[in-house]
Amino acid sequence: MQEIYEYREMILSLVRRDLKGRYKNSLLGFFWTFLNPLLQLMIYTFAFSVVMPMGIENYYMHLFVALIPWIFFSTCMTGGARAIIDQQDMVKKIYFPRQVLPIAFVTSQFVNMLLSFVVVFAVLIVSGIGINIQAIVVLPAVMVIQYLFVLGIALACSAISVYYRDMEQIFGILSIGLMYASPVVYSLNSVPPEFHGILNSNPMTVLIVAYRDILFYKQIPDLKCLFIVLLESLCVVIVGWCIFEKLQRRFVEEF
Amino acid sequence: MNDIENREVTIQVRNMSKKFRVYFDKGHMLKEKLLFTARNRYETRTILDNISFDIYKGEAVGLIGHNGCGKSTALKLLTRIIYPDSGTINVKGRVSSLLELGAGFHPDLSGRENIYINASIFGLKRKEIDEKIQQIILFSELEDFIDNPVRTYSSGMYMRLAFSVAINVKADILLVDEILAVGDAGFQAKCLNKIREIKDSGTTIVLVSHSMNQIKEVCDRCIWINNAKVAAMGETEEVITKYITYVDEIEKSKLANELIGRPNELKVAMNKKNDLEILEVKIVDINSVDKRVWGIGESIKIFIKFRFIANIYAKIRFEIARADGIVAYANVFDRNGENFLFSEENQLYFNFKNLNLLAGKFYLMMYIENGNGELLGSVTPFAEIDILDDSCRYGISNLECECELNSKEEIK
Repeated sequence: MQEIYEYREMILSLVRRDLKGRYKNSLLGFFWTFLNPLLQLMIYTFAFSVVMPMGIENYYMHLFVALIPWIFFSTCMTGGARAIIDQQDMVKKIYFPRQVLPIAFVTSQFVNMLLSFVVVFAVLIVSGIGINIQAIVVLPAVMVIQYLFVLGIALACSAISVYYRDMEQIFGILSIGLMYASPVVYSLNSVPPEFHGILNSNPMTVLIVAYRDILFYKQIPDLKCLFIVLLESLCVVIVGWCIFEKLQRRFVEEF
Repeated sequence: MNDIENREVTIQVRNMSKKFRVYFDKGHMLKEKLLFTARNRYETRTILDNISFDIYKGEAVGLIGHNGCGKSTALKLLTRIIYPDSGTINVKGRVSSLLELGAGFHPDLSGRENIYINASIFGLKRKEIDEKIQQIILFSELEDFIDNPVRTYSSGMYMRLAFSVAINVKADILLVDEILAVGDAGFQAKCLNKIREIKDSGTTIVLVSHSMNQIKEVCDRCIWINNAKVAAMGETEEVITKYITYVDEIEKSKLANELIGRPNELKVAMNKKNDLEILEVKIVDINSVDKRVWGIGESIKIFIKFRFIANIYAKIRFEIARADGIVAYANVFDRNGENFLFSEENQLYFNFKNLNLLAGKFYLMMYIENGNGELLGSVTPFAEIDILDDSCRYGISNLECECELNSKEEIK
C-alpha cells in the first residue's frame, strides 16, 4: 500500500498520458471528450423521443445520467482486463508495483467520467430539469463508492486475464448481461417489487439509482443503502487486491 | 577491498532458487486449460539452484556465464520482476534498471512529456524529475528536438532519450543487462563514462555482459554462474580467467562442434540466381586442433569449402571483420577468369602464421562479386573467431614493437 503511494507519480503520469494521448492527432483534440457524450445524448434523444417514445418524461436524461456511470463500470471491467496484458513489455522488464496499472486505468476512466459529467450538468441546466444543490452534495460520495467498487473489479479482472486470455470475452458478455440486471435502460419502478431484493444485491443497481435520484429526480438518495454498498465496495477492493497480489507473482512467466 | 566485511550489504541473496515451467504446448485459453489437460504438461527447469551472495554498497559486480546460464534471470529476480521459488532476496534502496529502455513512451507526446512518464515509472516524484530534466535533456543531446513528438525521432534519437532517462535516475542500485549497444561510438563512450561516474558516486552496480572487456572496465568483483550454481565469485580478473579457461578448455569441443555445425545451415545468398553455399568451415591451430578462443598472434589455419548453385563467373571476396564492422583483412579470389562450375566443390585455404589481431570478436564473411566488382550476393558472417587478451592493448591489429616507459634508448 505504502509502495503504491510512493509510485503515485507513475499513476498520475499514466493517467495524463492516456488522457493527452487519446485524442492527439485528431482535429478536435481534447474537445472530443465533451463532444462524444453530447453526440451520444443526441442519438438517445432522437431514438427515445421520436422513434420509440418511452413512458418516462425526459427519458433521454433518465437514461443518460445512468449510462455515463455505467460506461465507467463496463469499460473498467472489459478494458481493465487488458490493463496488464497490454503493458506486458513494461511488466516484463521493469519493477513497479503491478497494481499501478489497473489503478491508473480506472483513474483515467474516472476522470473521463467526470469530464462527461460536465456535459450532464450543462444539459440538466439547459433543458430546464435543473440542479438540487442539497442532493449534489452526496454526488462525490457516490462517485467515490463507485470508484472503489470498480477498482476492485478491475484489479481482479486484469490479473485473471493474464492467466486465462478468454476471460476478456467472458467479461465483455458479462458486462452486457449486468447492464440489463441493473436499471440503466429501465426504471426500478417498472420492475415487480419481489425482484427488487435480487436487483439491489447488485451494488451497481444501488449506485445507478443513487445517480438518478441525485441528478434526474433531484432528491437525496437512500443513504442507508449507499452505506451498505460502501461496505460491499470495500470488501470488493480488498478481495480484488488479494486476488491480484496472489496472481501477480507469476505474471511475467505467464506472458 | 580489505574492509569489505565492514561495508554495508545492499543486496543479500540467500539460498535463492528459481525453476521455470517449460510448457510443451502452451494454451492460454480457458478451454485449452480445462479440456486439454494433457497440453498443460510441462517440465520444470532449474534455472538457479540454491544461490547465495552478497553485494556491498558502492561496488560494481559483473554477472558472467554462457547464454542461458541464468544470469539474466538472476538480474530479474533482483529487480523483483519475478519472484524466487525459495530463498530470500533483500535489496536496500531504490533500484533502477537498464533492462528496458523507453518504457511507457507515447509516440504522440513530446520528448519532454515522455521523460516525465518514463522517469515516473522508475519511481521518481514530480519534483525530482523537475530537478533532473535539464540534465537528462543535455545528456541526450536532443535540446533542439525535445518538444517534438517522439514519433518524429530517429531510432537512435529515441534510444538516446530513453537511455538518458534511465541513467540519470538517481538510484541506489543500478542493474544493467547488455548495454552500450546504444547510439554511435561517441555516445557509447559517454555512457560508459557515465556508468563509471555513477559508480564513483556510490551507486551499487550489477552488470550482465558477454563482453569481458566491458566487465573488466567497470566491475570490482564478478560472479560466474554456471549450471544454475555460482561457479566462482571474487576479484574480476580471477573469475574471468577461470571462466575463459573453462570456456576454452572444457567446453571447447562442444563449442567447436557448434561452430562447425553452423555454417551448413547458413545457405543464404542475397542473389537468388547465384546461390553460394558454404559447405564446411574449419578453424584449427597449428596442430589441427579445433579451437574457439584464441590469443593474440596465434597460428590459425582456415579451410572453407563452398560451391555455387550455378555456372558463374565471379570473384570471391573473403573478409575478416570485427564485430563493429571494421574490416581487418580482405582478399579477392577468382578462377583466373574462368567460371565457377555448378555444384563443384571449391576450397579456400588460409594459413595465418601469426594472426596479429587484438582482443575482440571477429567474423568471417564471404561476398560474391561480378567482373566489375558489383556485389551479387554474400554469406555474412559464416563463422567467428574470438580473440581474448588481458593486456592493455586495444585496437584492431597488434603492431609488433618494443616499447618501454622512460626507456634509456636514444634515437641516434
